[in-house]
Amino acid sequence: MNIVVVVRQVPDLIEPLEIASSGDALDLDAASFIINESDDHALEQALLLKEAGGGGVTVVALDFGDVDNSLYAAAAKGADRIVKIAFDGDVPPPARESAALYAEAIKPLGADLVLVGVQAHDELDGGLSPFLAAALGMPYVGVIRGVKAGDAPGSVVACKEFPGAVMARMNVKLPALLGILGADQPPRYVPVSRIRGAMKTAQFEESAVAAAVAEPLLKVGGLSPPAPAARAEMLAGSEEEIAGRIVEILAEKGLVK
Amino acid sequence: MSAQDVLVLVETRGGAVADATFELLAAARELAKASGGEVLAVALGAARAEELKAADRIIAVDDPLLADYSPEPFVAAVREVVAAEQPRAVLVGSTSIGWDVGPLLAARLNAPLATGCQSVRLEGNDLLATTSFCGGKMTAECSLKGAPAILMMLPGCCRPSEETGKGAVEQRKPSAPLAAGAVAFQEWIYPEAGDVDITQQNVLVAVGRGIQQQDNVELAEELAQSLGGAVAASRPVIDQGWLPSTRQVGKSGMTVKPKCFLALGISGAPEHVEGMKNSELIVAVNTDPNAPIFDVAHYGAVADIVDLIPALTESLQKR
Ligand SMILES: Cc1cc2nc3c(=O)[nH]c(=O)nc-3n(C[C@H](O)[C@H](O)[C@H](O)COP(=O)(O)OP(=O)(O)OC[C@H]3O[C@@H](n4cnc5c(N)ncnc54)[C@H](O)[C@@H]3O)c2cc1C
Ligand SMILES: Nc1ncnc2c1ncn2[C@@H]1O[C@H](COP(=O)(O)O)[C@@H](O)[C@H]1O
Repeated sequence: MNIVVVVRQVPDLIEPLEIASSGDALDLDAASFIINESDDHALEQALLLKEAGGGGVTVVALDFGDVDNSLYAAAAKGADRIVKIAFDGDVPPPARESAALYAEAIKPLGADLVLVGVQAHDELDGGLSPFLAAALGMPYVGVIRGVKAGDAPGSVVACKEFPGAVMARMNVKLPALLGILGADQPPRYVPVSRIRGAMKTAQFEESAVAAAVAEPLLKVGGLSPPAPAARAEMLAGSEEEIAGRIVEILAEKGLVK
Repeated sequence: MSAQDVLVLVETRGGAVADATFELLAAARELAKASGGEVLAVALGAARAEELKAADRIIAVDDPLLADYSPEPFVAAVREVVAAEQPRAVLVGSTSIGWDVGPLLAARLNAPLATGCQSVRLEGNDLLATTSFCGGKMTAECSLKGAPAILMMLPGCCRPSEETGKGAVEQRKPSAPLAAGAVAFQEWIYPEAGDVDITQQNVLVAVGRGIQQQDNVELAEELAQSLGGAVAASRPVIDQGWLPSTRQVGKSGMTVKPKCFLALGISGAPEHVEGMKNSELIVAVNTDPNAPIFDVAHYGAVADIVDLIPALTESLQKR
């Protein structure tokens, strides 16, 4: 099976988020970047499928943020090919425009299965995954945790998550694009030495695709930190003091024996 | 039909209309008042018309392929209703089905889409949405160009209202039988019984990514035992395989309302919060003073849970 995975960079939410002086975008100069979590799961799922049934895994990424780090890690984990899409903007384009770019880069790859994280936390205008499926003319289902080869050749079985830890088993005829939320196993750990090795040997293929930029259908007027309706009463002090206060609060509610 | 109507995609859970749908209907009512249109509810598969009195018109579409969920038949059925009714806006939940149908519909109609909507309103002819992103750490004011605007509403966006609409029911069949498409529903898989039922506990000790290591989950177990409660978790902990999926709280997990919910090392992403926000007492502990969980909690503390959890257990045992 020829599997293509899209890997995106998102700002790490551990760092405080800054708003650009324009007021309508994040200031990404101040951000540090990590691989989008559900894309990391998509990569893991692709590697598991390849290990179980053979084939190849191609990672496609926009040249943005610290993408090289994520791509070397992907190579060290076992990705066979890496395609980097040239990009020199300050912020990744909105989902639809990104989808058009990725579609141009992915079309020549002849994918049987395309796996994309179902959500990136910096998106405002819908997931990339369904828009990319539409741009590629592929069938789509998202919010998937776990994919296995299907009984019929040219098919996979994907589990779609519903509330209450309920899943729907879906039979998917390939080619198709799946929006991945979780892999069958947590993303594998790769030692730094292997990543260093990949930095010496891995080759990135450059893709200079372009997509027509349509007038965006969603305009951002301004960003602001959330204005919460309420805020917790904060407990201060040493760990012992905080623990003591929490136990008192629980005792007041009759929750401590 | 009117270009000012607001259409709601109805979802069901175990045969009954989902709570999220009542929130959408209330949000749709406010929009329809501003636009001068009606509230339309589209119910696919088994119609629950008597539960949908908040709508003016209930369009029940029936077809064998709508009995369970497959994306292609659902999108095709909604698209046909949208084409016939030409609504100003379509409100979809941020649910498993919504995350397929909302964007796929937007792609096919080349319609504007906003995700993470906390509130929506009309100002003149402009449809505006306040949306939440970056795990609840940032909000954006967005305007959507063109109709229908597809709005994916966050849980809790609107309080369900008692207000009823005209409640007229129309049964429809798709103009042509729906095609299954390449993604075909096979079966529902329910969680294995036998584990603790976290929806039935008085006290939940919930741990998130801040627990850092599998060994530390043991600390939470000890605390839960001293409180006579159980350990629950956010998604990353379940993804690691440190606890079974029956312990997950949130969108894909359980909705819980214990007497006390301790949120330990959990950031408070909307997908988690929707499963625990109605707990009677919420106490959150996090190293990040800006974590969104402190906007939901009644009490909070900035501390390292790897130290605080044993301190709590000890403090309880000393009593
Ligand atoms: C379709 C969909 C469905 C989803 N369903 C669910 C669901 O059902 N349930 C769910 O939980 N999530 C769900 N998610 C994921 C959700 O978006 C978040 O990614 C998730 O809730 C984050 O979990 P977390 O708070 O544990 O991790 P993070 O967001 O990484 O937060 C970890 C927190 O721990 C703090 N921390 C770190 N170290 C320490 C320490 N030593 N002491 C104290 N605090 C510390 C950090 O400051 C941070 O705030 C879903 C997502 C999608 C797209
Ligand atoms: N957790 C769930 N279990 C069963 N059905 C669900 C669930 N979540 C959503 N559904 C929806 O419920 C419909 C099945 O209806 P019912 O048989 O009445 O539960 C499907 O079309 C799905 O849209």
